[in-house]
Amino acid sequence: MPEAIATRIPPPRASGLGWRTLDPQSCWSLRVELAAAAGPMATAGLPLALAACRAATRGEWAALWLGPDEQLLVGMNSSHAQFEPRLAGALAGIAHALVDVSHRQAAIEIAGPDATRLLALGCPLDLHLSQAPVGLCTRTVFAKAEVVLWRQEADRFQLQAWRSFLPYVTGLLALGSQELAPQA
Amino acid sequence: MLVIPCPYCGPRPELEFSYGGQAHVLRPAAATNPDPAGWNAFQYERANTRGLHAERWRHVHGCARFFNVIRDTTTDEVLRSYRSGEK
Repeated sequence: MPEAIATRIPPPRASGLGWRTLDPQSCWSLRVELAAAAGPMATAGLPLALAACRAATRGEWAALWLGPDEQLLVGMNSSHAQFEPRLAGALAGIAHALVDVSHRQAAIEIAGPDATRLLALGCPLDLHLSQAPVGLCTRTVFAKAEVVLWRQEADRFQLQAWRSFLPYVTGLLALGSQELAPQA
Repeated sequence: MLVIPCPYCGPRPELEFSYGGQAHVLRPAAATNPDPAGWNAFQYERANTRGLHAERWRHVHGCARFFNVIRDTTTDEVLRSYRSGEK
């Protein structure tokens, strides 16, 4: 389904305003007491994010802090089979709720020198590097849609939106790209 | 727009929050003590304060946690916030 949506979206125009929908990723929503799970998960090579609103990454693995007891786990490049058994092993014996939400949301990458300007069209957060450093991840809103925003580099963001919001979000991004694109 | 300091995530725009009503409204002890006045107060009686007001907010488009905020209802100034269960 995310793939089908992606084909209906106009490609970004050539400018500093690059954004694209990413290939489907493996995602899990994990609710667990962080203090209990952090150790076993780190031992399994799947570190959890310990600091508020920060992401922890290791290779194709990422854990995004969404709340004191809530993490969004991402296996990039759809590495589902690689992570699922290790997750189950690491969390065995710990009270937790682990839900596969891979099909709930799709990721959009927004990159380029004007990425923060494009995001600012819909995102109310202060995206200056002093306020939103690299590694920041948080649930927030993009216009009227709830999204997860993750700053991977100073000018590269990942936006995860629920699939049903995707045409809305990408439509706004396309519109914003046109408005911000240098006039010919 | 109000900037509300979430005790977990830091200062965030009001857009991300939902209002949860007056804070520190105590639920009567148990149904074994059916005290009509106590239940009435818990269900319906609110202070409608002019000035400093302790109220609950939920960072629904963020960490999704409920917490408490002290806000001045005359100026809308948010003085501070603290986690549920704290003072």
